[in-house]
Amino acid sequence: MHNKTLAELKIGLAKREFSSVELTRHFLDRIKSLDENYNSFISVTEDSALASARQADTNLSTGEASALCGLPIAHKDIFCTNGVRTSCGSRMLDNFVPPYNARIVDNFAAAGAVVLGKTNMDEFAMGSSNETSYYGPVKNPWHTDCVPGGSSGGSAAVIAARLAPAATATDTGGSIRQPAALCGITGLKPTYGRVSRWGMIAFASSLDQGGPMAHSAEDAAMLLNIMAGFDARDSTSAERKVPDYTATLNQDIAGLTVGIPSEYFDEGLNPATEQAVREALAELEKQGATLKDISLPHSHLSVPAYYVIAPAEASANLSRFDGARYGYRCKDPVDLHDMYMRSRAEGFGDEVKRRILVGAYCLSAGYYDAYYNKAMQVRRLIKNDFESAFNEVDIIAGPTCPNPAFEFGAKGDNPVAMYLEDIYTIAANLAGLPAMSLPCGFVDEKPVGLQLIGQYFEEARMLNIAHRYQLATDWHQQSPAGIQL
Amino acid sequence: MTIDRADIEKLGELARIAITEANIEATTRSINEVLALVDQLQSANTDQVSPLANPLDATQRLRHDRISESNHREDFQPLAPATENGLYLVPKVIE
Repeated sequence: MHNKTLAELKIGLAKREFSSVELTRHFLDRIKSLDENYNSFISVTEDSALASARQADTNLSTGEASALCGLPIAHKDIFCTNGVRTSCGSRMLDNFVPPYNARIVDNFAAAGAVVLGKTNMDEFAMGSSNETSYYGPVKNPWHTDCVPGGSSGGSAAVIAARLAPAATATDTGGSIRQPAALCGITGLKPTYGRVSRWGMIAFASSLDQGGPMAHSAEDAAMLLNIMAGFDARDSTSAERKVPDYTATLNQDIAGLTVGIPSEYFDEGLNPATEQAVREALAELEKQGATLKDISLPHSHLSVPAYYVIAPAEASANLSRFDGARYGYRCKDPVDLHDMYMRSRAEGFGDEVKRRILVGAYCLSAGYYDAYYNKAMQVRRLIKNDFESAFNEVDIIAGPTCPNPAFEFGAKGDNPVAMYLEDIYTIAANLAGLPAMSLPCGFVDEKPVGLQLIGQYFEEARMLNIAHRYQLATDWHQQSPAGIQL
Repeated sequence: MTIDRADIEKLGELARIAITEANIEATTRSINEVLALVDQLQSANTDQVSPLANPLDATQRLRHDRISESNHREDFQPLAPATENGLYLVPKVIE
């Protein structure tokens, strides 16, 4: 059962090949026996999962099944879950049990999904390797000496290891696409504003966006149908109609123009990764798409712009963690100032503190124009690059990451080496464009991701291209050694 | 732009994060590495370019000025490190 896609499991449930309780127990058993190898869950919600599954079986038998009735999923531990600890991978929130659900958590509950648990992640979603989690790193199911990517490394690993068929995730600079690429699964970051951020713990509010992770584009479309939509409680939520993302998956892609940005095939790209990506592009061409060389001339400034804007927004967002109303408080504070200083020093990990300090610096008097305003101007130039490109092409394609999964500790203590792993993913966040990663091959037995970047709100076209590619290839059906049985 | 030990101490104070003596050198070094990265921005010509804060150039949506939420004090108080009689307890602010 665990090698099936969500779409296949849905058919299995409808045909009564298995019940939701059987399916849920199967995945819970796998988590129990295998997750010690991967550390991909922070919390497993066995009792509530089985209760949801029993309810789903009742609904399936009476014909009241909603879209995801009885299908197991996992939530990234950044989404608030009523009554279930939501840590955001941080000591600061190790004891935080929200009294409410994130909007998308409610959406999945209404759709009948069964929640197996909460997945591990880089602390406050700040990281590209899962090494910053307070709960220890997630291990890549393909190579347990290697990182799964981050920050949604837990969500990616549970799918790759077949501990859950699908999961939610978030992407601020590549946190869905990069771990999807490194773990050989399919992940989609929607257009900024497409998915509600209500109840999603904020990192950088003008960049953060929730999205799905799954085995296939078809499954991602099923999940996005549940996640997308206007929410009055999120002030940047898009007031636009949501299409049925599964309806157009099979459309012919002949005649589409695919833009290939030269900047995404620079000297920093691993040659074997490039070869896998070029073969994927050739497959799109075989299906009738036209490849067109394009330029995104400000690409090299996306990482520098991001490391001003994201820390600046993080320093503001994370000022709420003060040890007063919830979260970690240091022992025996002598006064209020000491409580703030030590609660935050002890509750946050090194990378989070680094970004808060960088953000505070970029926003401080005398530096605002040189850093923050300059970064927002460069952000405009990056968005303009994409707008020019989309005058000529329907979709942009290239690698998700410059390299396959690297070993733990490989980036040493230089934060910038880690930041550069997101060199191809960050621009889509700065511009607010939808983008996804799908498996397109292997380098040294490690998965490689093909990235697609779409026009605003054209997730359906991106999913259509991804689905057509997956109909012709089987990279997305590969599983790590030892998982098959 | 590089920063020194005194800057880091000031930033720690601004951000309300205690930086221990043992960590101050490593923190200064790593933040300077990040600042060296972001200094690349200075190479861009941004004359006449307006800053982009929201990727869709959206403006803040307003709502009617009326009460839309009820009080959830009973839900929130159990999360606090210390409470008493419905209040949040913090160390003494005024002697």
